[in-house]
Amino acid sequence: MTKKTFIVLCLAPLAVLVVAFFVLPMARLVVTGASGETGLYAYAALLLDPRYRATLVNTVLLAAATTAATLVIATISGLFLQRHKFPGHALLVAMLTFPLAFPGVVVGFMMILLAGRQGLIGDLTLRLFGAREVFAYSIQGLFLGYLYFSIPRVILTVMAAVEKLDPSLEEAARALGAGPWRVVRDVILPALAPAFLASGAIAFATAMGAFGTAFTLATDIDVLPMLIYTEFTLSANIAMAAALSVGLGLVTWAILALARSYGGTTVAAAG
Amino acid sequence: MSGPGNGHGVAVRVAGCGKTFADGTRALEPLTLDVARGETLVLLGPSGCGKTTLLRIIAGLETPDVGGRVLFNDADVTRVPIERRNVGMVFQSYALFPNMNVAENIGYGLKIRGVSESEREARIAELVALTGIEGLEHRRVDQLSGGQRQRVALARAVAVRPSVLLLDEPLTALDAALRERLRGELNRLLRMLGITAIYVTHDQAEAMALGDRIVVMRKGAIAQVGTPRDIYFVPANRFVAEFVGAANIVEAVSDAGALLLPGGRLPVAGPRNGATNGNVCAMIRPESIRIVPTDGATLHGQVDSVSFVGDRQRASVSGAAAKPITVDVPNSLVVKAGERVGLAIDPASIRLLPGDAS
Amino acid sequence: MRDRMLFGAQLAFTLAVAAFLIVPAVLSMLAGVTVNYFRGIASGLTLQWVLEVWQLYADTIFRSFLIAIAALAVTLVVGVPAAYTLHLRNDRLSRTVEEIITLPLAIPGLAIALALLLTYGGFSDFRRSWLFILAGHAVFTLPFMVRAVMAVFAATDVKTLDESASSLGASPWRRFCDVIVPNARPGILAGALMVVTLSLGEFNLTWMLHTPLTKTLPVGLADSYASMRLEVASAYTLVFFVMIVPLLVAMQIFAGYRGSPTGLRR
Repeated sequence: MTKKTFIVLCLAPLAVLVVAFFVLPMARLVVTGASGETGLYAYAALLLDPRYRATLVNTVLLAAATTAATLVIATISGLFLQRHKFPGHALLVAMLTFPLAFPGVVVGFMMILLAGRQGLIGDLTLRLFGAREVFAYSIQGLFLGYLYFSIPRVILTVMAAVEKLDPSLEEAARALGAGPWRVVRDVILPALAPAFLASGAIAFATAMGAFGTAFTLATDIDVLPMLIYTEFTLSANIAMAAALSVGLGLVTWAILALARSYGGTTVAAAG
Repeated sequence: MSGPGNGHGVAVRVAGCGKTFADGTRALEPLTLDVARGETLVLLGPSGCGKTTLLRIIAGLETPDVGGRVLFNDADVTRVPIERRNVGMVFQSYALFPNMNVAENIGYGLKIRGVSESEREARIAELVALTGIEGLEHRRVDQLSGGQRQRVALARAVAVRPSVLLLDEPLTALDAALRERLRGELNRLLRMLGITAIYVTHDQAEAMALGDRIVVMRKGAIAQVGTPRDIYFVPANRFVAEFVGAANIVEAVSDAGALLLPGGRLPVAGPRNGATNGNVCAMIRPESIRIVPTDGATLHGQVDSVSFVGDRQRASVSGAAAKPITVDVPNSLVVKAGERVGLAIDPASIRLLPGDAS
Repeated sequence: MRDRMLFGAQLAFTLAVAAFLIVPAVLSMLAGVTVNYFRGIASGLTLQWVLEVWQLYADTIFRSFLIAIAALAVTLVVGVPAAYTLHLRNDRLSRTVEEIITLPLAIPGLAIALALLLTYGGFSDFRRSWLFILAGHAVFTLPFMVRAVMAVFAATDVKTLDESASSLGASPWRRFCDVIVPNARPGILAGALMVVTLSLGEFNLTWMLHTPLTKTLPVGLADSYASMRLEVASAYTLVFFVMIVPLLVAMQIFAGYRGSPTGLRR
């Protein structure tokens, strides 16, 4: 067997798996999206139909808010953790990255425990203010849930980037008279910009496609993945569901591709 | 001595400053040093000798161990953080801000100090002319060559009219040819500015070219302080003798004003340097030894090897002293390996080193 | 003084964030072993809920492990040789192939599940078996294995090793077994950890693909959150934690803080 043959053979199982269970199905999906009664219009519906557009806007806003909040939180904590070592440091980092592998369903459950009808926060507010505060099933609960699964991952990326910062740049700024806040603003944040772009894009794409959390919280808030789900399972509107899926897939793929072209190949794709 | 960047600067005093790091490494033994106003002082030594630590203590990036003090013109600045010490610092890696262009880098310190935009621009233009980087003002940092970056780093440090200029191996990152050219420019610039400057390097040629005085350091302590000539011709101990310039260290028996060597007798003049009769250590520079005809010479030896260095030859001669000695031979003289030769050494160029050599 | 205040403020902030993340998890673990959640610990600790979970959901636990191990096997057989080829060829075609296998990470699990249902929904035997779920998991965990192995190949200059083995007369297959695979071991291990962890925790894809007879643990969890009492749901979550946390710890130790891609569905 020649080397060339061997190499081709090495790729064969991959070709079979990916073509059979990804490429073909996706092609089928795209075709199905245009096969409904509205035909190709279904693809434009995401932008033109007011109900779908509202859902899209909701989802984008939620994802954007999550990304912004996560970046701020992760930067403050990430910078702090990477720059200061103290007893208990490792434990704190472990606590912050522990939820890394939780599926969205579990995150939803966490929110219910925190802010649901028998939630911890409800108990506290009952004791302090006499009224039970329940917000797990509203947009705030969903937002907190999205934060819950975004923070661990972004913190890890930020901490890795902070570790690579060149200390002599900060020393040079200090030598020129810059106080701590100016050093952060003029040296550290610009140097972290690529990491922000990369992890921000991942957080945004993940939030756009998140399903498990919204499913568990059974919210009334319309997010695109839930809409796709209901179109498929409850309304049996398969073509629409397919078209919406393709639309969502395109959007998340585009965001990640954009981030990759700016941030290099360090951008890992989301889920 | 005044010029476009005039600042004259402050006199710096380091009093009893030692430094032990958190992991227990003792980087610096408590030492005391005075730097005169306007002087260029070079800290010279091998890596790990503490010279960079000392520089960083003067800068304010490290604090000395308890009891150490740093004074600028008699004002105690030990507790003052670097942001407020008004020093100009040039880092080994230049540390130019990649998110700013050349002009913004140079003007950064001025911006912090609230200097108005028009004044800033004027000062930036001054410095650009001074360091010879006209035309590069709007370039991004990654578009600059090593030599250009070095000049921008210098311009940035000098822009704020610092009290003292601190340079941490600024030429080490450049290749040899560029280094030599920039060394001359740097020297000219420092003379023109007339500012107090403290310069760290491990390159002794650089040290001798740039320094008004040199502080040779070893293992966290000062081995010798002096002018370049002092250090070269009158080293205080064996370490300094060997670190600065090539040196032959000869062990011999001293007897009535002469050294007894296997290859003959060598009269010695100059300071006894506390060496008594008996075993002594002497330093002789290769350029102080001349190869002469064997008849009439007081010292004899045999040539082991000769190598051509470019502007002269270097010969290794054995038999004259206990170990082979290195001799500089002009190109005009033909010397072959295996030849027996005579050696003539000016008694005044022999330096007796103190007993506790290392 | 200002430094200390800044430190204190940042510490407090970070602790608050950590609390936000950890407190519900701890609550859920406690609830899983408490007799009555509303009365709290005072009502006593018990394993009755865990036992009940076992009775109700043992099959989901087994099935999740089965699928995870199977996914690992598939990604090993498919991914390691492919990583080798892609690394050696390093041309436009390889780039394209890498792009394609990474696509499933950029597309929401829902969409992929839908695509699979549309294409294979008709093959009812396949559709109703756990293999259907395996197909989805394999497609989505594959890029992690491939990338992990390729990273190791790149770092250890496998090309030169391969060339020297071939100069000694080894055939491509021999080289693959004797030189390539052993040197890829750290990457294979890292990839394996990721594949298993991701498969165990996968929900978005699996929820759409499952049938009442092919439930996995996360699917069971969703069921229990909707229909079971809090203590049972918590005990079930506790079982999940016990399965997944050691894997996470192993991954962290392995990968350090390099922020390895952990594309996780939500």
